[in-house]
Amino acid sequence: MTVDRLPRAGAGLKPEHQRHILEARPDVGWFEVHAENYMGAGGPPHHSLERIRALYPLSVHGVGLSIGSADGMAPGHLARLKTVVDRYQPFTVSEHLAWSTHDGIFLNDLLPLPYTEATLSLVARHVDEVQTTLGRRILIENPSTYLRFDGEEMPETDFLRALARRSGCGLLLDINNVVVSAANHGFDPRAYLASFPHEHVGEIHLAGHAVLEKDGETLLVDTHDRTISLEVWRLFREVIARHGRRPTLIEWDVEVPAWQDVEGEVRQAQSLLQSARGLDARAA
Amino acid sequence: MPAQPEGTGLADLQRRFGLALLQGPLVIPHGIRRDTQPTRGRRFGVYRNNVKASLAAALAARFPVVARLVDEDFFTAMALVFIERHPPRSPVLAEYGAAFAEFLEGFEPAADLPYLPDIARLEWARHVAFHSADASPVDIGRLAALPPEGLGSVKLGLHPAMAIIASSWPIVSIWSTNTYDLTSQAPAADWTGETALVTRPHLEVLLHRLPPGTDRLVTALASGVALGQAAEAASRACQDFDLAIALSTLFAAGAVATLSEGSSR
Repeated sequence: MTVDRLPRAGAGLKPEHQRHILEARPDVGWFEVHAENYMGAGGPPHHSLERIRALYPLSVHGVGLSIGSADGMAPGHLARLKTVVDRYQPFTVSEHLAWSTHDGIFLNDLLPLPYTEATLSLVARHVDEVQTTLGRRILIENPSTYLRFDGEEMPETDFLRALARRSGCGLLLDINNVVVSAANHGFDPRAYLASFPHEHVGEIHLAGHAVLEKDGETLLVDTHDRTISLEVWRLFREVIARHGRRPTLIEWDVEVPAWQDVEGEVRQAQSLLQSARGLDARAA
Repeated sequence: MPAQPEGTGLADLQRRFGLALLQGPLVIPHGIRRDTQPTRGRRFGVYRNNVKASLAAALAARFPVVARLVDEDFFTAMALVFIERHPPRSPVLAEYGAAFAEFLEGFEPAADLPYLPDIARLEWARHVAFHSADASPVDIGRLAALPPEGLGSVKLGLHPAMAIIASSWPIVSIWSTNTYDLTSQAPAADWTGETALVTRPHLEVLLHRLPPGTDRLVTALASGVALGQAAEAASRACQDFDLAIALSTLFAAGAVATLSEGSSR
């Protein structure tokens, strides 16, 4: 796969920041939007995004396609995604290894899938359908999970590797999701990252998580509502040093702070990308 | 063909999982692995909370005046009942909440605020207007420039963002005081019904109080009849109808997007 020689750090675009971004034009590499927030016919969302798109590269991140739905992806939704992609010409389109719709009901969360051969066939078929419709390769993101299922047949990293091979899709490595899942399921995030198929990774996500303690038991929750943890930064540094640099996104979606706080995180990611003595050539 | 044991496939798992996410009491769907700790209940509870809290927050953001009128805790409790009975059918969250006003009609605990459903209709109309298709409003100067004898056959096309909510309650006054005033003011003593006009001529959603009979004029125009016939219908329906005031209100609010001169010249 091709990887940008000097990948930049970007930020998730929030409505609260759009006016400031258009006025101040901060020095960040790119912005990412959730596709579903731009599926209306018109109005201020499109007005702002058109202007931001004219100034910055854009990535479109879907949160509603439900690629893991056993009864098929949300009807009509893929066509709406295509409309957004055709209009804004993003450099990357991504979605999640998850499901959110069943029997016509949208559950508004990225729900976990059992990693079995049957799930793999289903997800690979859906990814193929998305890539055929959009006429381009997409990236699939590793999820944060809070539970696992009986009868699973392979670890998540094997599932993602097989999915990339079968469908030709790329992967989006969310390092915060790795940390959250590792803590919740008692595995070592470094072992997970060591077996992750980095050769397929086209983008990295970084975000904050909450630590919920109850009766001496801990659960990590992928909240995107705070600064990135030190552990996530460390793993990010190790990943880019070992496996090459990638466009990297700061996600802050809930309790969104002033733009300057997000920009600070973007700058930190950018400086780590710049200082990484990378093996970019190996990934290229 | 031997029947598969019930509930082993992914579709069954997702059906059970989805039902258990939305229903009131916590039931852990079959098929989730047992971990020693934390318990499955706590783990599954994270998903239940994600779904319900995110949808309740979306509704609170979409219906801020309803939320203010009933207070935050009551709104959340009400939203959770709505979410269970009317879960989203579209992955586009902006499309969630169309049924909220109708749900409020039958929501007994809020029955002492009879205007609540119409306030919800007004807030939904504002939300829809925000995302609706763009169009440039027509300036009233174009109407004024026409020869008087041609006015009756003019056809006016309504702006795609425009909506009208007629109510027996002073909904525009209630909405405004609960949006702009630090302490909400009681509406006029007589609690006269108001008809709200929602528009978005450019980027901002606007709210106007419609003069009497103007909603009838708009209904007639929307059916495709010419201005003269629409004005007659409005006059018949409402004796206080004043065409000049109605038109100046509609044009000033940006409710008219097209103007075409009639063929009867």
